[in-house]
Amino acid sequence: MSSTINDFVVRFANVNGTGSASANFLFAKAIFRMGIPVTPKNIFPSNIQGLPTWYEVRVSEKGYLGRREGIDLMVCVNPQSMIQDVKSVSPGGYFLYDSTKKLAVEYIRPDVNYLGIPLMEMCNAEFKDPRQRQLFKNIIYVGALAQLLNIEFEVLQELLAEQFIGKEKLIAPNIKSLQLGMNYVQEHFTYPLPIHLERRNLIGERIMIDGNSACGLGALYGGATVCAWYPITPSTSVAEAFENYANELRIDKLTGEKNFAIVQAEDELAAMGMVIGANWNGARSFTATSGPGVSLMNEFLGLAYFAEVPAVLIDVQRTGPSTGMPTRTQQSDIQLAAYASHGDTRHILLLPSTPKECFEMTAQSFDLAEQLQTPVIMLTDLDLGMNDHMSEPFEWDDSYTYNRGKVLTASQLNDIGRFGRYLDTDGDGITYRTYPGTHPTKGAFFTRGTSRDEYATYTEDGAAYKRNMERLMVKWNTAKNMVPSPEIYQKKNQSHLGVIFFGTSTYSAEEAMDQLREEGIFIDALRLKAFPFNQTVDDFIQSHQTVFVIEQNRDAQMRGLLINELQVNPAKLIPVLNYDGMPITAHTIATQISTYLLQTTPQTNELPAAII
Amino acid sequence: MSYLRPLFRHPKLPTNKIGYTKKEYEGALSTLCAGCGHDSISAAIVQACYEMSIEPHHVAKLSGIGCSSKTPTYFLGNSHGFNSVHGRMPSVATGANLANRNLVYFGVSGDGDSASIGMGQFVHVIRRNLNMVYIVMNNGCYGLTKGQDSATADEGSKSKSGSVNPFQAIDLASLAVELGATFVAQSFSGDKQQLVPLIKAAIHHKGFAFINVISPCVTFNNNPGSTKSYDYVREHVEATSTVDFVPEKREIKAYYDEGTDTLVTMHDGSYLHLHKLAKDWDPQNRISAANALQKARAKGEILTGLLYVNTDFKELHETLNTTKQPLNTLTEKELCPGSAALASINAGLR
Ligand SMILES: Cc1ncc(C[n+]2csc(CCOP(=O)(O)OP(=O)(O)O)c2C)c(N)n1
Ligand code: SF4
Repeated sequence: MSSTINDFVVRFANVNGTGSASANFLFAKAIFRMGIPVTPKNIFPSNIQGLPTWYEVRVSEKGYLGRREGIDLMVCVNPQSMIQDVKSVSPGGYFLYDSTKKLAVEYIRPDVNYLGIPLMEMCNAEFKDPRQRQLFKNIIYVGALAQLLNIEFEVLQELLAEQFIGKEKLIAPNIKSLQLGMNYVQEHFTYPLPIHLERRNLIGERIMIDGNSACGLGALYGGATVCAWYPITPSTSVAEAFENYANELRIDKLTGEKNFAIVQAEDELAAMGMVIGANWNGARSFTATSGPGVSLMNEFLGLAYFAEVPAVLIDVQRTGPSTGMPTRTQQSDIQLAAYASHGDTRHILLLPSTPKECFEMTAQSFDLAEQLQTPVIMLTDLDLGMNDHMSEPFEWDDSYTYNRGKVLTASQLNDIGRFGRYLDTDGDGITYRTYPGTHPTKGAFFTRGTSRDEYATYTEDGAAYKRNMERLMVKWNTAKNMVPSPEIYQKKNQSHLGVIFFGTSTYSAEEAMDQLREEGIFIDALRLKAFPFNQTVDDFIQSHQTVFVIEQNRDAQMRGLLINELQVNPAKLIPVLNYDGMPITAHTIATQISTYLLQTTPQTNELPAAII
Repeated sequence: MSYLRPLFRHPKLPTNKIGYTKKEYEGALSTLCAGCGHDSISAAIVQACYEMSIEPHHVAKLSGIGCSSKTPTYFLGNSHGFNSVHGRMPSVATGANLANRNLVYFGVSGDGDSASIGMGQFVHVIRRNLNMVYIVMNNGCYGLTKGQDSATADEGSKSKSGSVNPFQAIDLASLAVELGATFVAQSFSGDKQQLVPLIKAAIHHKGFAFINVISPCVTFNNNPGSTKSYDYVREHVEATSTVDFVPEKREIKAYYDEGTDTLVTMHDGSYLHLHKLAKDWDPQNRISAANALQKARAKGEILTGLLYVNTDFKELHETLNTTKQPLNTLTEKELCPGSAALASINAGLR
């Protein structure tokens, strides 16, 4: 392995529930504090305690934040997974292990460098309490890594001081443990390793946060007052984050009363029912769930679409179908969410790629839901939701006011003749609503999932039903220009190749485009941010001969949606897929694209003109 | 269509305290079968709201799916209504109530709606003590889907199609008492004298008020064998108490005979005046209510009246400690912490 500075992958193999998470985060955060781009990922099993769990940290001078294959340094603290962990190290890589016990021969690979540290022995000598022994073992390896990789000790000290505000007694033993690890390395190994860190100034104002916390904060800023939810990995921390921020920022200091209500519902059906009830009654309300929860919410989503009640749903996708791999990531609820419920139903989807977008789009989703009087579904995923990401800082414009959509007040009702809840007065398909309790004699209407006429009166008249369904399509077309527009990455010399991606495939897609460019393959790119697709998406596809669609599911669901919605020739859209439950990598993308191009372009010695 | 309301109204219809005539509390014409018990319950709701001088637009009426759940169209035409999905009215009502605690919430459901598909939500809305009136129009069958047995159908009873129900019936009133509902009453759709005051008391109750109303389905379950038929109910009702609802402003003390009466204080200071028929009936004793229901059931009797009330529990908003101001009236001023708070959040994430 060549000596690389600020460009490598470290993987930690731990036992679930042993307190390794905070030690590993300390490691990642220290690199971030040294001004070097870093991206950590949890790779955890679906169980509570005692089984193997991994944490992977990619360091990238170039700022690539997608996952990268290959492990340069394996920190193995779990004997259970050791055989597999040894195998996963890249040739020439390092294997740091607890050498309290001698390593058996089957773990020895000639092409791997071993760094044995008697973690357990050191810990037992230093600490008496069994829990402490377990916790500080983790800190000792962080100390060792600091020495091996050149992490600044002051940075670690600073982070520990911040972490233990109010529990200062804990700082000393942590520092002690760090030093134990550092000393051991100083005495036994040559350091730093060829892979190591050097302070940079590449972070700027960026912050580090997970997508779910960003969504929770976005809901708070977006003016949500009612949150109803039911626990499910990987979405649970959205509601928890909302609650934490709300407890901090939304409680009246004098009375202790809350400007919000959070209900942990009995199931997802109830959670969605509460969201609909609250929105119907004029409160901004949301829920967060994952695939199985969306399945349960289908009936209510159809009701909200047809009865035209706003609702915000944050779907943090995980691997399906059914229980699938509950703690692994996928983008596989696309079609379920887009068309949730029976009949001709369709929903607005928002597709954030970063925590900043999680924050902004969640806040914006309430405006969209109320303006369009329809459910808005945020599609994030486990990778974005549960992993810490470097992100641009959040911003808020204080002059911004919530757009509550077309809601009539009592005096407006006085000024009009007969109120028609489903009358398309403005020609944009969006009708006026009233909140319950507005006016003694005007504006009351009956909300129902059954067909009705423009005055909300029940009818099974086919013509009235058709008029209504067609108006809903007018509204859908209006929505096209209200949802966030796609981002286009296009050089001056337009290629005839295009690529479309969205959400968490973005980091790896961008990196893959760079890799392909080095091979002489230039591709224009479009990042989807929302469904319905607007004209830009159509134009992009029309103006390219071949368009790759990158996504993380088996059935190329986004490609299907594009074909269905834009009437494009399916042969033109080439799927680029990953669905093993791990985040897609640049390598996967670049390989699939170049393989396709090699297979479809006539073989000459020169690069075909077609792909330049 | 069960009844044709005359279009002509006498110009001098009596008005209530806030100047409304009964007309203001009526809804669209019913499309239920003529004689359906549900229509009588709608009429009782109209009567109760009129007599209590409730502003019609301060009521939100929600329902699930079923003949019974259609009824909110037929009362309080000036109120917003929400006919949601089958069995899931309680969650929609919960959300609505969280959004605006100042309205009166009426939930209407059927026995299919509440005792089968919606059992989970029924249980949990009780558990949360949502401040609402929850009426089950209980006919022991599925009316809208044409007469199948519901979970409250009597064991051994025959459905219209002739099949015999092999399962035990769920007794919703017992269940509500058992689950700790803070107000549980039972009545019969044909007994307006009893039903109207019960509805009035339920409205005044601050918390979850459940009224199970036996409401015969004339089309599918008015069979001689059914305990939800007219004849059966007429023969087997046992009233726990005669109920009179007394608004707080009225002088009450001299009005009642001592010894046989109980006054139940409602949250707003009004009273429920109960004239006990059964010996030692104490509507504030949950255990005796549960026992009495079980005993009546064993005898094939239907206990009616106010079975249980408890005004000591917090309703949902009190439990959550939400602001007194309805959440749906809060603006960005109260809701959005602004850019300065965000800057410090950013700073904490570096
Ligand atoms: C999810 C779902 N399943 C089934 C139905 C069909 N359905 C409509 S009403 C009804 C039963 C209604 O019975 P009940 O609640 O007792 O009311 P009733 O009509 O007797 O007043 C059923 C099963 C439905 N609308 N939705
Ligand atoms: S079918 Fe039964 S419950 Fe339905 S309207 Fe007719 S009588 Fe009433």
